[in-house]
Amino acid sequence: MPTDTHTTEQHKEYWRWQENHWHDESIDWREGAILSAGVDVGSVSSQAVVMVDGRLYAWSSRRTGSNSPNSARDAMTWAQEHTGMQVQDIHFIVGTGYGRVNVPFAHKAITEIHCHARGANFMYGNQVRTILDMGGQDCKAIRCDDKGKVVAFQMNDKCAAGTGRGMEVFADLLQVPIDQVGPMSLDVEQEPPPVSTTCVVFAKSEASGLLRQGWAKEKVLAAYCSAMAHRVFALLDRVGVEREFAITGGIAKNTGVVKRIERELGFESIKSGIDSQLAGALGAALFGHALEQRQRAKR
Amino acid sequence: MIAAGIDMGAKNVKLVLLRDGQVVGRALSLAGFDAEQTARSVMAVALKEAGLHRAEVTRVIATGAGREDAPDKDGIMSEVGCAARGAFHLVPDVRTVIDIGAEEGRAIRCDEQGKVVDFAINEKCAAGVGAFTEAMARALEVKVEQLGPLSLRSTQAIPMNAQCVVFAESEVVSMIHNNVPRPDMARAVHDAVASRVIAMVRRVGCNPPVVLLGGVANNTGFVDSLRRGLETERLHVPENPEFVVALGAALAAASQA
Repeated sequence: MPTDTHTTEQHKEYWRWQENHWHDESIDWREGAILSAGVDVGSVSSQAVVMVDGRLYAWSSRRTGSNSPNSARDAMTWAQEHTGMQVQDIHFIVGTGYGRVNVPFAHKAITEIHCHARGANFMYGNQVRTILDMGGQDCKAIRCDDKGKVVAFQMNDKCAAGTGRGMEVFADLLQVPIDQVGPMSLDVEQEPPPVSTTCVVFAKSEASGLLRQGWAKEKVLAAYCSAMAHRVFALLDRVGVEREFAITGGIAKNTGVVKRIERELGFESIKSGIDSQLAGALGAALFGHALEQRQRAKR
Repeated sequence: MIAAGIDMGAKNVKLVLLRDGQVVGRALSLAGFDAEQTARSVMAVALKEAGLHRAEVTRVIATGAGREDAPDKDGIMSEVGCAARGAFHLVPDVRTVIDIGAEEGRAIRCDEQGKVVDFAINEKCAAGVGAFTEAMARALEVKVEQLGPLSLRSTQAIPMNAQCVVFAESEVVSMIHNNVPRPDMARAVHDAVASRVIAMVRRVGCNPPVVLLGGVANNTGFVDSLRRGLETERLHVPENPEFVVALGAALAAASQA
């Protein structure tokens, strides 16, 4: 019935991104000397990464629930699914992210800024100097050295403009699945002027007005992606951009924002085969590996 | 002599009719998609209340974010000028005017004659304006009118970490999950808006007496949080605070006619 279709349409969760998990079947973790893990409990998403002797072995990425300890546990369990590994098999676990102190099984908590820099160093190679982490509820511009050590950073965690959460709100408003936002925003003949309001709440009203004026969804998305790119560019500018440059976090998967940031910078960002949302957890797992090594050397 | 002031706000259109300095008609309506049409209809409603005809109105001054859209106007004025004028008319010793609308907030410092000395505007961020309380009322599943009385029943202050409306929505959801009493959540919302407003007021300096205008002034919970935050008892909320800017415009129209 048409009314039913309509109801389903209205309740569709356009913001919902793909939750995922993976493990490398070619590695037998039982033969590993050091098993380390990182758990990144963010405000919107949580990731767990398991490493065997510093090699990426398993990971999971899912939405954060209302309770940090449960979100951490769920992420870890899902990463270990079908591996036969238990949490207690892991020698050193580092918690990071917004909920890092609420990872019950972690041996240590390290800030996500340090973990992102460390993770990006692994994912993009040691030539990476500037990282833009576009997370669910904050955005950080980080500069680091060739070891992945943080040199400087700038952060916006007060305002949803320029964050993944802001993009989710827009996907819902325009009823466009979140993974389609990027490609659709690039499907415009001419780049429209960016949405003029900063605040997500006001940008929503502005976008509704533009749709009423007859703008295509593609054009409205282009205007929003371009406003977001412009906003984070200001943050990057404050920390100073040094090449090579990489973007981590969920928004790194949004080509509409990434391409526009690259356009403002005048050069491209480096890409990695590893999921951009894993950078924090990966860095945490790398720290875990190094800390376990150090502990063993002391014994 | 009949004068009219029309305030074309982001959310509501407000109109005040004055006859020889006395308010004889008043009307408010949601701006909707066609603010110009809304302006015509609020004029008709106010005229009917006053028992007047459009032809009897000598002068109309329009103000508010959408003032250019007001039909048949004789002039326009800034919201800051109108807010100060309206507040001075009602409270002649006013020194600070705070006007909090649905999408904009203003803090205005006045001299003894009610002249504007300095002002600050927030039009960039929904934290600190009515849009914030509206969003939080939705999250708490109460009408925005009920948010004030609800928060006055609060027994403890709970800090809200989020400033941004979008983040505050998630924070309220997690407060609900954590079984925080609803009155305390409502108070946390008002304390949060008040702290944003106070930050803006401090930019111009806060001298009592303070007059609070705009639709958000009808929210008793917000007024309570603001009074506590400003640390002054001399905070006045006039009757029909949402009409004071339109009143200021009408007073200006009357003086120009």
